[in-house]
Amino acid sequence: MTPLTLIADVVKILIMVMFVLNLAAILTWADRRQSSMIQDRIGPNRAVVKIFGKEFRLAGLLHPAADGLKFFTKEDFMPPKADKLLFTLAPMMAMAMVFTLVAVIPFGDTLCPHAFHWNGWRFWEGPAVQRWGTCAADPGKGYYPIDLVVAPLGVGILYVFAMAGQGIIGAAIAGWASDNKFSLMGALRAASQMVSYEVTLGMSLIGAMMIYGTVRLDDMVRWQDEHTWGIFVQPLAFFLFFAAAVAENKRIPFDLPEAESELVSGYFTEYAGMKFGMFYFAEYAEVVTGSMLLVTIFLGGWSLPFFHRDGLLIQFGNATVVQALVPHFWMIVLNVLAFFGKVLVVCWLQVVVRWTLPRFRYDQLMRLGWKILLPASLANILVTGVVWLALDKAGLAASDGLKLAADLTQALVAVAITVGVLRLLIGFFGPVKHQRDVVGSSAQIAAKRGGTKAEPMQA
Amino acid sequence: MATPTFPKKPAAPLNATPVAYAPKDLEVKSYLPEIFRGVGVSMRHFFENTREMLRGKRPDPVLDRYDDGITTISYPEQKRPYPERFRGIHRLTTRTDGSVRCVACLCCSTACPAQCIFIEAGEYPEGDKRRGYERYPVKFVIDELRCIFCGYCVEACPCDAIRMDTGMHAVPYDSRDQFIYDRDLLLSFEGRDGSYETRNPRHEPGEKTHPGIDREHHH
Repeated sequence: MTPLTLIADVVKILIMVMFVLNLAAILTWADRRQSSMIQDRIGPNRAVVKIFGKEFRLAGLLHPAADGLKFFTKEDFMPPKADKLLFTLAPMMAMAMVFTLVAVIPFGDTLCPHAFHWNGWRFWEGPAVQRWGTCAADPGKGYYPIDLVVAPLGVGILYVFAMAGQGIIGAAIAGWASDNKFSLMGALRAASQMVSYEVTLGMSLIGAMMIYGTVRLDDMVRWQDEHTWGIFVQPLAFFLFFAAAVAENKRIPFDLPEAESELVSGYFTEYAGMKFGMFYFAEYAEVVTGSMLLVTIFLGGWSLPFFHRDGLLIQFGNATVVQALVPHFWMIVLNVLAFFGKVLVVCWLQVVVRWTLPRFRYDQLMRLGWKILLPASLANILVTGVVWLALDKAGLAASDGLKLAADLTQALVAVAITVGVLRLLIGFFGPVKHQRDVVGSSAQIAAKRGGTKAEPMQA
Repeated sequence: MATPTFPKKPAAPLNATPVAYAPKDLEVKSYLPEIFRGVGVSMRHFFENTREMLRGKRPDPVLDRYDDGITTISYPEQKRPYPERFRGIHRLTTRTDGSVRCVACLCCSTACPAQCIFIEAGEYPEGDKRRGYERYPVKFVIDELRCIFCGYCVEACPCDAIRMDTGMHAVPYDSRDQFIYDRDLLLSFEGRDGSYETRNPRHEPGEKTHPGIDREHHH
């Protein structure tokens, strides 16, 4: 432990916690605005801040801030017969588990301070580091390799399961302590649902663990960086994990614990003010951590196709197309941006899914969990094992073929990302066509005025 | 003992259109294709609407109201114009010289089913050429809270003196006496064409078009 590593630890914790906190707040905004875009509405855009007499609406981004202010100023109500200790403890537990979970999620490759150009201020001009192996510590100069993960735990994903499993306790205690039938029903639903889907959540990852040969999340990403993204070797597990993760987050279509049409709002019916805010916030933070896990295990974590630790290397089989070394500093920046960018995309996808699907019935939920997802995840383990053994026995030719296939999938991802971004850009600047129907005197008056005027422009 | 069999009643004719359910084949049962289709629809709307929103090219909420995009009217800032024949807050029209056109004949207050119009008639002063020919309203009060906006007063008015073409709707106030609109207030509203008069000409005594009939000189 040197001052440098201590500072690095603090910075890493700040990055992770701030990212989760802020993204959770932004997700509440995204949930509202994105749903409105999906449903052809404008959405909330009225929260306003006045600076020097000018009004700023920031496209509704101030609504989460207004929510937070409201949470803090509301009465901290507690039902008279509630269990005071547990009632207060429950939101803390719900929140704490989410934030302990992010400790093991790596957001970048191991950082080697040696490779930075420390002489002078242009420290980003250092050399590229080696692709394989980690840089050795240099205690003389005070250089230690820094893992870009808060706690590089050897148990990795097992810790994630342990912490994700504790999420039930907050919900269950909240429902039990609030002395309300609806809350209790919600808590029971939450408990049974989360226990059921926890099984699938764990089982779906066993195939991935077998292939990666590790439970450490950063080693999983390194395997994917070396070969191919996990979604290509474990496609079924990806969907199983995605479904189970959404169910763990208690979001639509699995939001039965807080089904507002049946249970008011489930286990946090009796909560108000910041205690409710903590549950609300924990739910969105769970979306972020779920996305982080999904990205880490199935979508290559920090790695980008063809980019490795030392730079760009486009290679098909043994034929090298392009090779370029990139300074270590820029590789780290690229890695971190890639990780957080992927998390944003997966969060966005989760919100789209949330606003598309209807809620399951409770028996359907249980049937899906126990009779479909769990057997499918078990079958996935079996098939993965058989295929893995077969390929292991097949020898060199098969491994060469796999290497080529892996490179092709990397090319596929690279092409898909490029085409997707281009398609978005082209679509964005394409012509806008509207269907004009001037029918009736009302529309004719508006047409005479040159359209419906909005004096202050809408955000 | 054999169970007795009863002749089966023929099924009653169906008085409804049977709903065509989607066949429960593997594609439907496996959820995924439909989920992808649904997510695709959501994404299409999302991208399309976000693009129009960011570029500020939303469909006009009145002119393009059948468009697929966001056609929400942000009410206080944006307003859908009321249709041409919308009956809004009343106004009292004026003559060309700016005086009130109403002759206090009480036709409107008589026709009013809500009895929300009160008129106190007054004679023009001695020497005025209208004296003996017509009167004028000293008070003309409409209780806009009682008014049911049926438009009978406008229909009843023989002089086109009261109209409901302001294009304004009833305004929210915080006390009832604010809804009592008096003569001067009603005179201060303009029609949707921006004029305080009407397009129907008025024939004053002494003008060429005046038929020359009054209380003293009639047929």
